[in-house]
Amino acid sequence: MSDMQGAARRPLSPHLQIYRPMLTMMMSIVHRITGVALYFGTFLLIVWLVAAASSDDAFATVNAVYGSWIGLIGLFGFSWALLHHMLGGLRHFIWDMGHGFGPQARELMAKLTIGGSVVLTVLLWIVIYAVKG
Amino acid sequence: MSGSSEFPGSSLRTPRRRVAGLGAAHSGTHHFWLQRVTALANVPLTLAFLAVLICVAGESPERVLATIGHPVVAIILILAIISITTHMRAGMQVVIEDYVHGEGAKVLSLVANTFFCAAMGCAGVFAILKISFGG
Repeated sequence: MSDMQGAARRPLSPHLQIYRPMLTMMMSIVHRITGVALYFGTFLLIVWLVAAASSDDAFATVNAVYGSWIGLIGLFGFSWALLHHMLGGLRHFIWDMGHGFGPQARELMAKLTIGGSVVLTVLLWIVIYAVKG
Repeated sequence: MSGSSEFPGSSLRTPRRRVAGLGAAHSGTHHFWLQRVTALANVPLTLAFLAVLICVAGESPERVLATIGHPVVAIILILAIISITTHMRAGMQVVIEDYVHGEGAKVLSLVANTFFCAAMGCAGVFAILKISFGG
């Protein structure tokens, strides 16, 4: 009774370590990780807005931190997470419509999500540096 | 899946439960729908937010505040913050329900998630309103 023998002997359903890693599986995991990263990244955005609304000193401090090389690396990662999560979300919309469940379609969409997010992020920062020098 | 229609007596769910359509979680599709509606809104709103951020990047504080405070820009940013924080709460709720199994820790995490998203949303909206109204 106290050592719960019956419960302990039941087999567990297979989990992650059983399966060979696949691209679609990885994109699902990355979608969740980028979502959680964006959750905390939003904090940085709100800090920037509140600093802008508070005082020139506070705004200058936050801008200096975000504009430093380590801050820019963070913003680069933030923008990639945003674009990846957005493309992943569009993929979910296609599934919601009842399309793209076949082996080729879902594999193609997984490749477009990761490839598209990387290409769009690099393009975004090229545009930023082209416009802002 | 088709069991209930082909063999009406084989389902454990009562007819009343089927009519209510709320499923095992007793909340129906509300959470799913909220997540998808905010996701759809987030696509144009975050892209607009991104465009505003690129426009004001590196500009003087006066120019930044003037741009953010412009009524059209402020309205778009406020809509974005409301949609984003609502989507954040819905998404993190699923993550918590998947990974936090202890009942006490789960309830605390879910409440903390709500508090965090509400605080982020309120702070962001207030900051934009203050900038816009010329604080």
